[in-house]
Amino acid sequence: MRARDPEKRKHDFKEVALGLTEKQAIKEANRCIQCKKPMCITGCPVEINIPAFISAIRDEDITGGLAIIRKYNMLPAICGRVCPQENQCQGKCVLGKKKTPISIGALERFVADYEMKKGLSQKTKMSRSNGHRVAVIGAGPAGLTVAADLARHGYKITIFEALHEAGGVLTYGIPEFRLPQKIIDREVEYVKSLGVEIKLNWVIGRTQTVDELFGEGYKAVFVGVGAGSPRYMNIPGENLNNVYFASEYLTRVNLLKANQFPKYDTPVKRGKQVAVVGAGNVAMDAARTAARLGAEKVYIVYRRTRTEMPARLEEVEHAHEEGIELLFLSSPKEIIGDERGHVKAIRCDAMKLCEPDASGRKRPECSGDEFILEVDQVLMAIGQASNPILTKSVKGLKLWGAGYIEVDEEGRTNLPGIFAGGDIATGAATVISAMGAGKRAARAIDDYVMGRKKAKSKEPELAESKK
Amino acid sequence: MFKVLNKETVAPQVDALIVDAPYIAGHAKAGNFIVLRIHEKGERIPLTIADSDLDKGTITLLFQKIGKTTEELGTLKKGDKIRDIAGPLGHDTPVKKYGHAVLVGGGIGSATLFPILKALKEKRNKVTVILGARNKELLVWEERFAEYADKTILTTDDGSSGKKGLVTEALKEVADSTKVDVVLAVGPIRMMQAVAELTRPFNLKTYVSLNPVMVEGTGMCGACRVSIAGKTKFACIDGPEFDAHDVDFEEIAHRLNFYKDEEAESLEKFKKKKCKGKCKKQ
Ligand SMILES: Cc1cc2nc3c(=O)[nH]c(=O)nc-3n(C[C@H](O)[C@H](O)[C@H](O)COP(=O)(O)OP(=O)(O)OC[C@H]3O[C@@H](n4cnc5c(N)ncnc54)[C@H](O)[C@@H]3O)c2cc1C
Ligand code: FES
Repeated sequence: MRARDPEKRKHDFKEVALGLTEKQAIKEANRCIQCKKPMCITGCPVEINIPAFISAIRDEDITGGLAIIRKYNMLPAICGRVCPQENQCQGKCVLGKKKTPISIGALERFVADYEMKKGLSQKTKMSRSNGHRVAVIGAGPAGLTVAADLARHGYKITIFEALHEAGGVLTYGIPEFRLPQKIIDREVEYVKSLGVEIKLNWVIGRTQTVDELFGEGYKAVFVGVGAGSPRYMNIPGENLNNVYFASEYLTRVNLLKANQFPKYDTPVKRGKQVAVVGAGNVAMDAARTAARLGAEKVYIVYRRTRTEMPARLEEVEHAHEEGIELLFLSSPKEIIGDERGHVKAIRCDAMKLCEPDASGRKRPECSGDEFILEVDQVLMAIGQASNPILTKSVKGLKLWGAGYIEVDEEGRTNLPGIFAGGDIATGAATVISAMGAGKRAARAIDDYVMGRKKAKSKEPELAESKK
Repeated sequence: MFKVLNKETVAPQVDALIVDAPYIAGHAKAGNFIVLRIHEKGERIPLTIADSDLDKGTITLLFQKIGKTTEELGTLKKGDKIRDIAGPLGHDTPVKKYGHAVLVGGGIGSATLFPILKALKEKRNKVTVILGARNKELLVWEERFAEYADKTILTTDDGSSGKKGLVTEALKEVADSTKVDVVLAVGPIRMMQAVAELTRPFNLKTYVSLNPVMVEGTGMCGACRVSIAGKTKFACIDGPEFDAHDVDFEEIAHRLNFYKDEEAESLEKFKKKKCKGKCKKQ
């Protein structure tokens, strides 16, 4: 996909990837060989009929292509930009065995952006109101999906969101240069246009409890509160000044626009020499944000190697192009501070890779050497854990692992009427998996409220309700 | 949007806003706080819920005008709106029947102590309140405290009201003369540290309410992290109250200073704008 010149883009927050032109998209669509047994579909967490939408592009029926995607995926403009396609659809594309796989993500983005550019609006078939109210907690991709699906089927939905803006991680985590806010706003507006009410600044567990929601007449509750709580390494110096958890750093910039301080009131410290610990999407976003805030040198410090990096391939490439240095086989063991309690360096163990562990990834082990990197800022991006406020407030809710909600395949928790999905059920995962979980849970909620015993349809859409 | 129903000036530089927030008022417990953002460009700051009225559906926010956001909050009048308020947040103060509780407040710390005092009295504790300030003018809500407390002791640095001296001296006197079962101190970080050091040798159970920098206030960013008995805790969800004897005060003091330059810049800009360049240099 086309991208802006790294030398220019690394100084601003405008979108980096430019997307395909219509001509390019049609050309790319023509490369698709329309397999009889399309492997790409098996790679897609929500099983979009990929060959069908590509075929529509080939026939220059772009809106038709979008209609196909929308059956499965409520957020194509977002997923086209942030899905790890190389591990999903594109990773399975048979063309990839010999040459380049079809750029399915770029095509998905193209059809979604086409609608936006042409000023077309999504047409939605709405069922008549059935009078039932359902509460959705958290306005991230999981919650927005449940809300839209149920609203279309006649439910009256209220979303309760703790922050002052909807969108979840899409809004407070993923930076503007990767996912412009106007795209998220558009999706949120769409959800509202279906009659969904969004109550902001509403922390369920504190402002109101789940029990109170049932008391107010909500028939079911969907919990999509995400996994936003930062993990820490427990190494000395982690609480020094200018050590940020990536979540705080990104929230300041994305949600509170600290990059525009003092026009906006929230400040953020601009490091000159910055070490980012971790190698997932969050680490890449933090590193590239630091570069845009004027850092002279940004290092990614990662204890494994390039092949094990969990970030999307495109982000790693973009980060590299923007001059971010990747330091592999390096595991921080201490952050060193000066007399004022500010970061001045980070001490790392040099690692080597041993035999693969249970997860199949090669395990890093100390080689015995260490080194010191002089930096004035450290951004920790080593993973997130569950948000505890809601889960702790619901008595008897069954949890697993580090406080995640236990659910069955359709998002049912152990408590009747309470459903969950997205990162709070799986641990930090992806936008598309959160959305897929939302779709399945919407079906299960419909069955539950209507008193149907078994999920009756395996279709991507909810069953049409009887008029 | 949250409507300001009333505004009072409590002391020079200290204002109280009464805000319409029925759901928050309905769930507020002693020790809780809210996070607010005045407008679209504002920052999110935590403020203690100094009082709440269940029937009227209101909360009272008490704040000292020390930075840009609190200065701006001080310009709000009856009928104005605050864009965002989320809460109540934070742990509830562990309120039970202790026996004799001593509450120690420095300056604006009284805001946190007032609901705790009411809750402790509901549990039939004997409560002594010690409020300290630099001078008489800076004492906050002393009459309100006197209404509920069994005994209220005032201290000022200059002796303009109550005893001349520090709250710690008054606390020592109380502890020397009567049995004290629990101490709860809220105020400037060095004051809380001094209280902790005073009670430590006596193994006297002491809580402090910490006020680190916060961003969203729901445990999702880690801005508010503090070291408690060598472990990292998030003040917004694990606190803000902690056992005073476990707190790393030096670390908090450092962290509270982190944005000093930005705070000064922001305040400067706000003051310039407020008087549209017509003010005299201060
Ligand atoms: C920086 C970053 C970059 C990422 N990049 C990618 C990427 O490129 N591709 C990708 O696929 N995935 C990416 N992810 C992961 C992806 O964003 C998440 O998997 C996805 O957003 C999870 O969706 P969710 O709906 O479960 O939760 P979230 O998006 O976390 O939304 C949860 C919402 O619930 C709210 N909430 C929490 N508690 C309460 C409460 N008690 N009451 C009310 N509301 C509450 C939160 O404020 C939040 O808005 C990234 C994540 C981060 C942090
Ligand atoms: S303020 Fe963000 S975790 Fe406490």
